[in-house]
Amino acid sequence: MSENNEPKTITINLYGKRYRVPDNMTMLKALEYCGYAPTRGIGCRHGFCGACAMVYRIKGERQLHYCLGCETRVQDMMYISTISYFPLEKQSYKLDEIEPSANMIMHLYPEIYSCVSCNTCTATCTQGIDVMGYIHDAQRGDFKACAEKSFNCIMCNCCASRCPAGISHPEVAMLARRINGRYISPKSEHLENRVEEVKHGNLCEEVHALIEKSEAELRELYNNREIEK
Amino acid sequence: MYPEYLQLSLEKVAEKREENIAFQPERMTADEKETLLQGYHPDYRKDQYTELRAGANKGEFVNSELAETLMGRARVHASDLDLNNVDYDVDVLIIGAGGAGCAAAIEADEAGADVLMATKLRLGDANTMMAEGGIQGATKPGDSPAQHFLDAYGGGHYLGKKELVYKLVTEAPECFKWLSDLGVEFDKEEDGTMIAIHGGGTSRKRMHAAKDYTGAEIMRTLRDETRCRRIPCLNYAAVIELVRDEGGNIGGAILVNTNTKELKVVRAKTTIITTGGSGRLHIQGFPTSNHHGATADGLVLAYRVGAPLLFADTMQYHPTGAAYPEQILGALVTEKVRGLGAKLVNAEGEVFMHPLETRDVAAASVIRECSRGLGLDIQGGGQAVWLDTPMIEKIHGEGTIVSKIPGMFKMFNKYGIDMRKEPILIYPTLHYQNGGIEINEKCEVANTTNLYAAGEVVGGIHGRNRLMGNSLLDIIVFGREAGRQAAARAKEIDHVGKLNIDHVAEFEKELADAWVDTGVVSPKLFPHYKADFRNYLRTSFSSDRADKQ
Repeated sequence: MSENNEPKTITINLYGKRYRVPDNMTMLKALEYCGYAPTRGIGCRHGFCGACAMVYRIKGERQLHYCLGCETRVQDMMYISTISYFPLEKQSYKLDEIEPSANMIMHLYPEIYSCVSCNTCTATCTQGIDVMGYIHDAQRGDFKACAEKSFNCIMCNCCASRCPAGISHPEVAMLARRINGRYISPKSEHLENRVEEVKHGNLCEEVHALIEKSEAELRELYNNREIEK
Repeated sequence: MYPEYLQLSLEKVAEKREENIAFQPERMTADEKETLLQGYHPDYRKDQYTELRAGANKGEFVNSELAETLMGRARVHASDLDLNNVDYDVDVLIIGAGGAGCAAAIEADEAGADVLMATKLRLGDANTMMAEGGIQGATKPGDSPAQHFLDAYGGGHYLGKKELVYKLVTEAPECFKWLSDLGVEFDKEEDGTMIAIHGGGTSRKRMHAAKDYTGAEIMRTLRDETRCRRIPCLNYAAVIELVRDEGGNIGGAILVNTNTKELKVVRAKTTIITTGGSGRLHIQGFPTSNHHGATADGLVLAYRVGAPLLFADTMQYHPTGAAYPEQILGALVTEKVRGLGAKLVNAEGEVFMHPLETRDVAAASVIRECSRGLGLDIQGGGQAVWLDTPMIEKIHGEGTIVSKIPGMFKMFNKYGIDMRKEPILIYPTLHYQNGGIEINEKCEVANTTNLYAAGEVVGGIHGRNRLMGNSLLDIIVFGREAGRQAAARAKEIDHVGKLNIDHVAEFEKELADAWVDTGVVSPKLFPHYKADFRNYLRTSFSSDRADKQ
C-alpha cells in the first residue's frame, strides 16, 4: 500500500478509552484493530446472528444508537460499548401441545400487555423491524402477522434492552413464528405423501439399485440425466 | 461510489456493457476445465500443502494451515488437572451447538438421555446461521431420492461414501417434515406446495428455502426447541481435549471457560463432535464467509485420539465473495446474481468465462484472471474482478435486483455501492470444508469407540465437492442420527472407567519423534486478527494526552 493511499484516521472512544483508527473499518474490526481479541460479543461477522450488538453516541449529539458492530462503519468521535449479552425471559413450552390463541400468549408472556406504546423498540431495532407492531399483533393472538413482521429478527435483543415494560420481544416473536410454521401455514400434502412413500414404497430400493452400479454406469447416468426446466 | 483508483476500469466496464450482454461466452470443455483447475484451483497448489507426519493420516498432504493445526501442541497436559475431579457427569456430551449439535441434542433428549451441550460461543452461533440459499430434499412428485443421489454423488466426483449419500437422500423428506413440525417456516404456495428452485448441480428443482434466511430460520428454531426442552448448554465453554477411560473408550472432554480460563472435566458415556468447519484458518490466505468460530477444533480433537480424516485436503472456495469494501470482505455474494445474468468481467472490461460454470471452475477462473494481471488491486489488500450487476436490470428490467436479491442490494447499498448502476467487486472466498472426520452411517467415528460426529466436521458425504443445499440437509440428517445413536449406546454403558489423556503425550511423542514442531497450540478456538493490521500500526494508538476527556 502506498503512502498517499492510507485511509484517513479518526478518533473513537471504546469502553471509555480513546483510539485512533482508520475510518473505513466496521466497529467490530476497529475493536480488533485496537488490540482486542473478543471471545464473546462476536459471531457470524456478516449480520445474521446478532452476537455483536453495540451501542454508541456521537459526541455532541443527544441521540443513542444501537447497531451490529459487524456491519456498521466507525465514525469520528463515536463513543462505543458492546452488549454481548442481555437477559431475556424465555418460557418453555411444548409446541405439540400448545393452543395457538391469545389466551396462551397471555399465560406465557403476560408482560406484553404492559406495553406503553412508546415505540422505542422499533426505533432501536438494528434490522428495521416494526417491533411494537408485532408485539401488538401478538397481544391480539394474530401469530401470522407477528411472524411475518418479525421474520428478519436476528435476536440481537437491542429492543428488549430499551423496553420500559420489560418485554422480551424476540422470544415472543420466536414463539409466533413457530406457531405460524407449525399450525397456521398451509400443510404440504406432497411432503406428507413423500414421507409415506419412502417408508412403504420402493424409493429406497431405487437408490440401492444405483449403489450397486459400477462407476462407469453411474457416470453415464449422471452425464445424461435430464435436467428439469 | 468507488474511489478514484477504480474509476478508469469502471468506465471500461460500462463502455462494453451492451456488447458484453450480447456476448455468449462458450462453456469450457472437460479438458479445459481440468487444465484450469490444475493450474489455478487452490486445491491443486502443491506448494501450499504440508505432509502430515503424525496421526492416522500420516503421509498424506493437507493445506499447511490445517497441517500445523492438526500437528499442533495440546492446550492441556496430564499434569494440569486431576481428571478424578469430575465437574459434569452425563450420558451424552455434545461439543458444538450449531445446527448438527442442536439436532443431535433434541433427538438424544427425546430418547431419554441426560444431555449436555458445550459451545465456545453461544448456543446457535454457527455457520448454519449464515446459510442463505436453501436446503435440498426430494419432496416433489417429479423428483426422487434416487435422482437426488445421482446429483449428490456425481457432483462429489463419484467419491462420496455411498452409504452416507444413501442416508442423506432417503431421510431428507422425513427431515423436512420434522423441521416443519418444529415450526420452521418454509416458503410455500397458498395451497401448501413447497416452493423449490434449482441449485448448482441439481437436476430437479429441489432447493427449498425460508426467504434468504434459510439457515437462520432452521437454526433459531432448533435453538428454541433445545431451550424449551431445557437441555443444558454451556456457553463460552470451549472443548480443548477429549478424554478416554482405561479401556481406551472416549469418556468425555475437558472444557475451558473462555472468560475465566477455568478448566472443567465432563465425564460422558458417549460424545458427539459437531464443531463445524475451518474457514477461519484462512487456508492459503483466503478471506472467508464463515463464522468467527470456524477453526477446525473438532478435526483436531478427533485426530489427536486417532480418528482418521477423509478428503481433508479439499476445501470449497465460493467463486464470488465480496472483495470490496473491506467491511464485507469475504461475505457471500449468492450464486443467484450470476443466475440472473450478471457476467464476470476483468479490469479491462472483458468477459472471461461463462457465468454458470461450477463453483470450483469459476473460482479457478477468477484466480487465473487476477494472476494474469487482469484483476484489480484493492487498496488495503487483495485482488478482484467485476461482477457486472447492472446487466441484470438491463436484461430483466428495472427493479429486478431489489425484488430478486434484496439481501445483496442491502449489503452493498449500505456502503454506498448501488449494484443496480455499478458493478460489484468479487474474489473467491473460503466457504466450506468438503472433507473431515470419517464416520459410518451410524455417525460413529472410525478407529474410536463411543465417539460420534455430524455436520460440517464430517467427511465423506459430499465427496470432494458439496452441492449447494446439501449441507443444511446433512446437519439435520446426520445430527439427528448421531443424537439417536449416542443416546442408545449410552444406555448400554454402565459406567465410564478412570479418565485419562494419555493420548496427548502419545501424540506429542509421535510429533517429537518425527521432528515436528509447528509452534502452534491447538485447537485454535479463535482467529487472531491483530497481526493483519500491521500495515496500519504506525498510525494506531492515540497519545495519552488525547485521552484526557
